[in-house]
Amino acid sequence: MIRSIIKISTIKAFSKRTIAIRTTSEDHQIAQLTALAIGLHMIEAIIPSPLPGVKPGVANIVTLYVLYQYGFKTAAWVSLLRVFASSLLLGQFLSPTFILSLSGALFSLGCLWIAQKLPSNHFSAISLSILAAFAHIAGQLLIVRFWLIPHTGIVYLIPIFCLAALVFGLINGLITLKLINKQ
Amino acid sequence: MLRKFNFNFTKNLFRQHPKPLAGDWLILLIGLISVIWMFQQFWQTAPASQFKIRQGNHIVGIFDLNQTRDLSIKGARGESHISIENGKVRFKKSPCNNQYCVHQGWLNRAGQVAICLPNQISLQLLGAKSAYDSLNY
Repeated sequence: MIRSIIKISTIKAFSKRTIAIRTTSEDHQIAQLTALAIGLHMIEAIIPSPLPGVKPGVANIVTLYVLYQYGFKTAAWVSLLRVFASSLLLGQFLSPTFILSLSGALFSLGCLWIAQKLPSNHFSAISLSILAAFAHIAGQLLIVRFWLIPHTGIVYLIPIFCLAALVFGLINGLITLKLINKQ
Repeated sequence: MLRKFNFNFTKNLFRQHPKPLAGDWLILLIGLISVIWMFQQFWQTAPASQFKIRQGNHIVGIFDLNQTRDLSIKGARGESHISIENGKVRFKKSPCNNQYCVHQGWLNRAGQVAICLPNQISLQLLGAKSAYDSLNY
């Protein structure tokens, strides 16, 4: 027993072996893009919103941009990692805010997965952005309706949230399109 | 130097301005129409056609708004006078202290309510389709 402990300690002391996770260049790319998305999410978290729940969702610009430049898989990674990392940084991990954020991200990713099959000569990033924004708010409202506020009274808020989704979806789409065109 | 930079910046801004495609306009239009539809659908304030009077635990009755009539309902404190006048209804007189129900004035939209708590009488306006009841939940 003692021998084995000594053995382990000597190994620890003298070996230079460390646990290493092998990362590919794709992982680094995802990490960098996610860092950008997290940064935008943090900036947005500071800006006060006139109406609780109405936010521009600028981090989704990164998701859309990545979808166009690197494909859906990378976009899904960036979007979901951003949700988890931002919630950890803001101290909201596993809180209702996090669940809302996650469900919104999952719904908008699902929507993007379908919407990316639209013919690109007729539908640009603006379409995808608007559709994703609507899916995002739909996912959040479902969580609100069935878990947080199980009451039909929230239907009064649906038009406001949908209007915000339309406006911010359009703005984010225009920004994304501009970014893609610059490349 | 600064002026040159600014000039180029604005020039680039306009030249590189993204142009929405036909499908984008379509999605935008569908989105706009559905948002307007949702505002109309969920924020409906349709004129009421009938109203319900409750006294305590039971419903006194459902009355039509398209008439001119005065009702007097016996409540916990005394008689409340309710007047109906071609599509609108109000508490005219009530034996309560602060007269909130009377000051509520005329009601004519579906979903509106006037309550006299001391006398335990309430008026609830009903539309063709019942509005979401946030009071009763």
